[in-house]
Amino acid sequence: MDKQMTAAEVVGQLEDGMTIGIGGWGPRRKPMALVREILRSELQDLTLVSYGGADVGMLCAAGKVKKLVFAFVSLDFIPLEAHFRQARQRGAIEVMEIDEGMMLLGLRAAAWGLPYIPTEVGLGTDIVTRNPDLKLVDSPYDDKEWVAMPALKLDASLIHVDHADKRGVCQISGPDHYMDDMFARAAAKTYVSCDELVDSSYFHAPEQARAVFWERAATTGVVHIPGGAHPSSCSPLYGFDVPHFKEYSAAARDEAGFQGYAEKFLGASEADYQAAVGGLEAIQTLPLPSY
Amino acid sequence: MSNDYTLAELCICAAAEAFRDDGEVLATGIGVIPRLAASLAMKTFNTDLMMTDSEAWMLSSPNPLGDRGADFVQANESWMGFSRIFDNVWSSKRHAMLGPTQVDRFGQSNTSALGGSYEAPKTMMLGARGFPGNSISHQNSFFVPAHSTRVFIEGECDFVSSIGYNPQRLPKGRSLDDVDIRLIITDLCVMDFGGANHQVRLRSLHPGISAEQVVEKTGFEIEVPATVPGTTVPTAEQLAIIAEMDPHNQRAYQIKDNPAGDRS
Repeated sequence: MDKQMTAAEVVGQLEDGMTIGIGGWGPRRKPMALVREILRSELQDLTLVSYGGADVGMLCAAGKVKKLVFAFVSLDFIPLEAHFRQARQRGAIEVMEIDEGMMLLGLRAAAWGLPYIPTEVGLGTDIVTRNPDLKLVDSPYDDKEWVAMPALKLDASLIHVDHADKRGVCQISGPDHYMDDMFARAAAKTYVSCDELVDSSYFHAPEQARAVFWERAATTGVVHIPGGAHPSSCSPLYGFDVPHFKEYSAAARDEAGFQGYAEKFLGASEADYQAAVGGLEAIQTLPLPSY
Repeated sequence: MSNDYTLAELCICAAAEAFRDDGEVLATGIGVIPRLAASLAMKTFNTDLMMTDSEAWMLSSPNPLGDRGADFVQANESWMGFSRIFDNVWSSKRHAMLGPTQVDRFGQSNTSALGGSYEAPKTMMLGARGFPGNSISHQNSFFVPAHSTRVFIEGECDFVSSIGYNPQRLPKGRSLDDVDIRLIITDLCVMDFGGANHQVRLRSLHPGISAEQVVEKTGFEIEVPATVPGTTVPTAEQLAIIAEMDPHNQRAYQIKDNPAGDRS
């Protein structure tokens, strides 16, 4: 089966009002080329589930987001995501604010076909008071109450990986796959952009196959976009683009705002975008961060 | 003992004490001073501590901060990606030291939203992050670089990110003793929750700081014992380890104007 698609074809399969999961973590390995394709589209009223970075900030700034399920939105070295903050402070988006681990449980519940997973996380905090839909349950085995973290069922997930084959075998050879396996499993459709499209024989070596975290049946489409995580990182191939993130963040303070950023960089295609940010080679030589 | 130390270095040594009796737990210090504190503890009086590289690997010896040069080989001992962190968090074998924006008299903290309404906060910050799970799963400490009534607020946090010693929010079937908040290290003092009914208590004063100054800059009432010791000042050995762990001197930028440790 050949699951190769273009970014435009992926976005063509998304619909207004869908719940979309976005893989990666903060400024790391985000499917930014697919996010940019959404920015170029008419899609709207999306519910996003994300360990958020500029993916969330950009989609909020562009008015694509109706509701955000989040624990944080951050660029790490720039702790506060400027465009997300503005959207929140304008009251422009509904939110379901949860703990990082609760999000993992919600994705697991969806992946495993469970209505919820009980947890003590969130008890005693405003997570339970600010989310009226979040129910507490009694345990049949003890006298305590527990948060019933509901399944976060996703209509679609967008994920970026370093290597994939056309059948949807996806490899994350960087040090952390984050929760991307659960995003893939929690979604009805999972679309994966990859830096390098490889022949299936690439995975024959056990050390390569070991870095595949979900089965290809959980992958709906594969889009070959070298540099597609930019300006986020795709370890071990390239780091995140610090000057670009700074310029993106500063745009929130400009009169033109995100619109000015988008006009400068977004273009009509990923080729336009990459030309505007200095070319693919510049992306691929961005140094990896050290913490 | 050395008289030549900065306030940041004093805070690092004071904060390291939080991890002294932890045994074999994952020490997570978020931010330069908490991370150096955990590193100092692991390299001196609690060598059983565990620590990550802040990315995806568990280390048997902490990494120096920042660029370590191309030849540096870090001492990995296991993979520790973010999904696995939660397996550790929920097993309780962790002590996190973090810097929330607000802390109230219950030890509840806020990392998310200030002012306005929840629907449209005046100032949106990070979000609840991992604070809800950290606070109910394992011991936690706070580092506050600018002790003031803006951080230690009079009322309850605008958004409660982490559970504290608040009877009104106590979940069914739990006891306030299940909450385990250890130390609050600030630029003025060290406090804990050892007062009556888990009231915040002044534990030690940094050199040159009075109890009156702490009381004045804290928005809620704290227990001030009849005698409050001075915070133990860094030893030459501790200062050498801190310098080795922070070769780019990031610690000099953590507290406004990087003051000397003794302000008397």
